[in-house]
Amino acid sequence: MKKLLKGNEAIAEAAIRGGCRFFAGYPITPQNEIPEYLSWRLREVGGEFVQAESEVAAINMVYGAGGAGARAMTSSSSPGISLKQEGISYIACAEIPCVIVNMVRSGPGLGGIQPAQGDYFQATKGGGHGDYHLLVYGPATVQECVDILYNAFDVSEKYRTPVMILGDGMLGQIMEAVELPEMKDLTKLPAKPWATDGTGVGEKRRIINSLYIEPDDMEVVIKRLYARYDEIKRNECKAETYKTEDAEIILTAYGTVGRIAKSAVNILRSKGIKAGLLRPITLYPFPDYEYAKLADKAEVKEFVDIELCMGQMIEDVKLALNGKKPVRFFGRLGGNVMSAEDIVDFVLGEVK
Amino acid sequence: MAKIFTKTKMLTDNVLHYCPGCTHGIAHRLVAEVLEEIGAEGNCIGVAPVGCAVFAYNYFNCDIQEAAHGRAPAVATGIKRVHPDKIVFAYQGDGDLASIGMAETVHAAARGEKFTTIFINNSIYGMTGGQMAPTTLVGQKATTCVYGRDPKFNGNPIRVSEMLATLDGPSYIARVALYDVKHVTEAKKAIRKAFQHQIEGKGFSMVEILSSCPTNWGLSPLAALDWVKNESTKTFPLGVFKEI
Repeated sequence: MKKLLKGNEAIAEAAIRGGCRFFAGYPITPQNEIPEYLSWRLREVGGEFVQAESEVAAINMVYGAGGAGARAMTSSSSPGISLKQEGISYIACAEIPCVIVNMVRSGPGLGGIQPAQGDYFQATKGGGHGDYHLLVYGPATVQECVDILYNAFDVSEKYRTPVMILGDGMLGQIMEAVELPEMKDLTKLPAKPWATDGTGVGEKRRIINSLYIEPDDMEVVIKRLYARYDEIKRNECKAETYKTEDAEIILTAYGTVGRIAKSAVNILRSKGIKAGLLRPITLYPFPDYEYAKLADKAEVKEFVDIELCMGQMIEDVKLALNGKKPVRFFGRLGGNVMSAEDIVDFVLGEVK
Repeated sequence: MAKIFTKTKMLTDNVLHYCPGCTHGIAHRLVAEVLEEIGAEGNCIGVAPVGCAVFAYNYFNCDIQEAAHGRAPAVATGIKRVHPDKIVFAYQGDGDLASIGMAETVHAAARGEKFTTIFINNSIYGMTGGQMAPTTLVGQKATTCVYGRDPKFNGNPIRVSEMLATLDGPSYIARVALYDVKHVTEAKKAIRKAFQHQIEGKGFSMVEILSSCPTNWGLSPLAALDWVKNESTKTFPLGVFKEI
């Protein structure tokens, strides 16, 4: 049976059902419903909730809890995610699985609290210091948030890589009917022989660490991380294509903007324009092969990249297209969200 | 021949990297001996800091997480919440605990997180080469206050134990020193008491250990111990500041 849930609450419940048993966070709009919900819900399932003194502390609590073997999560919004970057870099290097939710607001600086997509670079290019990436998802609906969250811990543990969900204020606040999956049986999860559960002694002790003083040792670790990113790219890359079979114009957008662009495709089709949509669901690794496939089709004339920023994903789009087809850019900023009609006007060249 | 002394099982055989005369070695051994005595072998998770003790994970014979600079109390919070039945300790220096990690320290203490903190206060940043610490004494020279710490320009040292003792979350807060055998013995008793508080679930426990840094203080190991005895204790008096 479907339940009507706010995006943030759906994310929190999906995390619980996916096995989340530790959460640390700090209040920031527009993601507050996630910690609020988990503060009572985690208790019901025997988990731990900590309202941390800062975002910096929260991510380091996740480092400790995740390193100790729990399915650990934190959530925040743009300025708070900036504060977490220190810890995220350490977590990536120490190969600790965890889930980080970013309900993106506008920026830079304190910015605004309305939806934006200006954190794309931060999320997909690493974000903190050093040579690493996260596995980044950009869901477009509340149901997709639920489905991704539900399996996020499995994926994170499989590759020992932190997973980031890149949402936005719209996705966090919107209410939609969702199908919630069953609770995962935590007794049936794969063992974590690397986790510091306290039983380690002598040669069997576990050390969670990101310090490698010897250059050769650090090089080995970074290469190991990147080999894993290649594996993730082979196994986990996801994108949605919509009406691209005969399309001449390919709209491309992720998250909330992806679903607005889908409506724009329908309007354009009703006007006789052969439009289609390519919506990346994994933002890192980027599903570039989907772009390459469409770029190779003779009937595809151009791509239109649509974002709630000055154009960040467009760099990955251009790399994927490798100059084969032109790309136009349409964006709104500061918390403004374009309508489907705005996109249609832009595509038809009617923007004044 | 009868064996009358053996190294505690809670230290590995790795050779310590600390400078000659540094009291980190004594502090390590005291903590490890207490861990063995309370039965923490195979039942314990440590948190290493950034600073001179950054390699503590090479020495303590237990599971260990290496934390970012100052974040050991947050990391220890995460670990202890996941494994409330295990002994959890954070080992931190003064730059780590009282400067960059002061927020994490105060809030872990205020929440009454049930882990034990070993706080090494040597009034200087040792690993990075002798810069002024939040605990550098007034008049003490450091590479970032070459004429000696002047409160007018450099502010004043922070008495962490006294400050944390004002909170309701901690159950045991003590400051000890290692400058002679008597005080080493007392330090061990305090460390043992702190871990006992953790085992009994009473609250946050911390032992501040006044330590010496002969290398960065520019003193011989013996003169450095005398300096702890005669100078450090004037700003940082020894004693138990909280015990419930």
